[in-house]
Amino acid sequence: MEEGMYRAVSGGRIALQRRQYSASCREFSVRCPRLQLRSLSAATCSVWLAAYGLFVLSQNSMVLSAAIFITLIGLIVYLHFVKIDQESLLVIGSLGIQMTSSYASGKENTTFIEMSQVKDVVINEAIYMQKVIYYLCILLQDPREPHGVSEVVPLFQAVLQIPARRIICEERKPSVGWFPHSCFLVQPLEELIHC
Amino acid sequence: MVLKVFFPSCCATAESGLLIGRWIPEQNSAVVLAVVHFPFIPGQVKQYLSEVQRVTQVNMCVLGSWSNSKQEKEEVLDKFLEDLSTIFSHEPWIQLSKEGDSKFWSCCIFQKYPSSPKEHEFILVYYDQRKVMLSQLHPTDSLTTSADHKGNDASELGAVFDTVAKSKVLFMTDRYDDGPIKLTHWQSEGVEASIIVELMKQASVPVCVLLTFLLSLVSSVCKSRVLKFWPLSFIWSKLSTCEQLGHRLEHLQIISSNRKAQNQTQLMRKANIFVSLLIDVALGILLMSWLYRENRIGQLADTLIPVADHIAKELQDLLQWLMGVPAGLKMNRALDQVLGRFFLYHIHLWISYIHLMSPFIEMILWYVGLSACLGLTVALSILSDIIALLTFHIYCFYVYGARLYCLKIYGLSSLWRLFRGKKWNVLRQRVDSCSYDLDQLFIGTLLFTILLFLLPTTALYYLVFTLLRLLVVVVQGLIHLLVDLIDSLPLYSVILRLCRSYRLAASVKFRVLEQKPGKPLRLLMQINPLSYGSVVQTYRLTSYACYPKDSWSSLCKKLFVGELIYPWKHKEEKQD
Repeated sequence: MEEGMYRAVSGGRIALQRRQYSASCREFSVRCPRLQLRSLSAATCSVWLAAYGLFVLSQNSMVLSAAIFITLIGLIVYLHFVKIDQESLLVIGSLGIQMTSSYASGKENTTFIEMSQVKDVVINEAIYMQKVIYYLCILLQDPREPHGVSEVVPLFQAVLQIPARRIICEERKPSVGWFPHSCFLVQPLEELIHC
Repeated sequence: MVLKVFFPSCCATAESGLLIGRWIPEQNSAVVLAVVHFPFIPGQVKQYLSEVQRVTQVNMCVLGSWSNSKQEKEEVLDKFLEDLSTIFSHEPWIQLSKEGDSKFWSCCIFQKYPSSPKEHEFILVYYDQRKVMLSQLHPTDSLTTSADHKGNDASELGAVFDTVAKSKVLFMTDRYDDGPIKLTHWQSEGVEASIIVELMKQASVPVCVLLTFLLSLVSSVCKSRVLKFWPLSFIWSKLSTCEQLGHRLEHLQIISSNRKAQNQTQLMRKANIFVSLLIDVALGILLMSWLYRENRIGQLADTLIPVADHIAKELQDLLQWLMGVPAGLKMNRALDQVLGRFFLYHIHLWISYIHLMSPFIEMILWYVGLSACLGLTVALSILSDIIALLTFHIYCFYVYGARLYCLKIYGLSSLWRLFRGKKWNVLRQRVDSCSYDLDQLFIGTLLFTILLFLLPTTALYYLVFTLLRLLVVVVQGLIHLLVDLIDSLPLYSVILRLCRSYRLAASVKFRVLEQKPGKPLRLLMQINPLSYGSVVQTYRLTSYACYPKDSWSSLCKKLFVGELIYPWKHKEEKQD
């Protein structure tokens, strides 16, 4: 099991963990930065200060209870639907690829793509704000057209600029080079598992 | 070469024996369905398997051997198990063995004619047999198109689920049977059944027959010639209550039909319709019990006439306002008075009619309220129809205003062309230039001026009555939307997703269990249920909703020109 610390697009520190269970099974998991106590208290204080200000103006105590409800419900919604704690990619040779995202409240969202549907795994370039980021995505086979691509599924959605280069490039043999400006870098799936 | 073995978790503690199941050569995977225990006679096992194969259409065979030894490995047993591979010839012959209470099993292959000299790698996938058997896989759209292709294109998971689901017959024999074969599977401890369910199944047959008979009587009465004469058939088509009753009749016919549901989709549809009818009738009876308590019907009837009077009074005030100086605009006095008096007389007629009906209102409402026991949707449709009847005068005014305005607009556009020296060529369907005589030009320009200066008055009346009509249409539309929601919501599927989420599977998820180097990879396969949104979308009942017929731009165009608008179009019934 190997671990490395990198920096995400948003600027927070993320940790990439690689595990190999067997010759045909590997897992890559990315741990996102945790919820900071600082930002949580800042948000809560600002909401309550605003509510208190409204209370002083309107003298209606419903404003205070409403503020408490809003804070609680907002926090629950944020933890359950927005804040992703960990994303992992499990590659099982000849069965398929499974992506799991686990949220801060414990909820887990899993998607499994069978190997027969996967055409290839590529690194794709995208322009995000003022810089270019690289992200890993899976190309799905179009059943009607053998050479067509029906869907592009990006991996590690929460942490867009994952260490795609790290996952693939550190594993590549030193004899083959890697050009950072190429649009598509097609990496055979077997190499992803066996490298 | 990777070999996948799908092993049911219930057989993990079974005694040594033979593995039976299905071998899928295209995907190099073996689906184990049960374990046959010693002692057995190979001929009887083969006969039993061929019988089961004939009934279930699943290609079942002996896949290999399973040895669960409490003590150290026995050499004799190994030789015996290898000899079995010659009796039940199957390529490749899988040998699974478990020692004591160890979690890590060893798996090896015995091939008579080894095709490839490479090492085989094994993946052991544990699955919950009962859940997989009951579950229904819902592939995403990209797979449904390839579902027609058998063989290599078929989804591997689909094949596994299919195999287990079709082998129900195999799971019917339990260990208390006195047959020659002793099996271990999820039901081998005894088949469980509920007596209530069995009684209901027995009782449902005569109930269905009775219901079909009653429904055929009702539908023959409805289709009789008496009710098809022109005024009556026109009324039936306009009333939304009759439509709703027709839909419910169809639903009842679907439920009470004798044919068993062919596949899962039909079964779910029947169940959804049944639950929807039940909830509808329950809500309707609740509404009825609330209405008939404390003489609420009488109170409703008492308030109905004053409400109608109030609406009429408001309309009269509105017309007086229009006949005066509405919003500061100066109307044409003569036309204004004519239109205003015309509409006022209409309102007077309507009020007289309502007052004529007032002694009978309570009785009518009482009997009409009884029909709420047929369902909440019927009650809501009746409400929508009552609103339509009470605001009939608004509809009439709208039609008058729209027709007048439409005539005016067409006249104006034609005379405007004359004003510019052009003409509409009907033959060529385009505007052509034309030379008019002087008297034609004179009369045309005069008429054009008159129509133009009378336009604001007519336009204002049209605008006011169109707004009122749109208000009524929106209220009716909302009621119909609610009715459609109750009609088409698949409640049974949603409750199933809530309580037995493994029945509706979107896909699977794998969990990697503890590994030991040198032993095969161990995975646990669990069912990933469908999300609520996809459940509602997949199992939505056919809706008979009214959808807006026109887009916003064409609606605005129609309003501007003065064409009569009927914004809601009844959706045609979707065929299965």
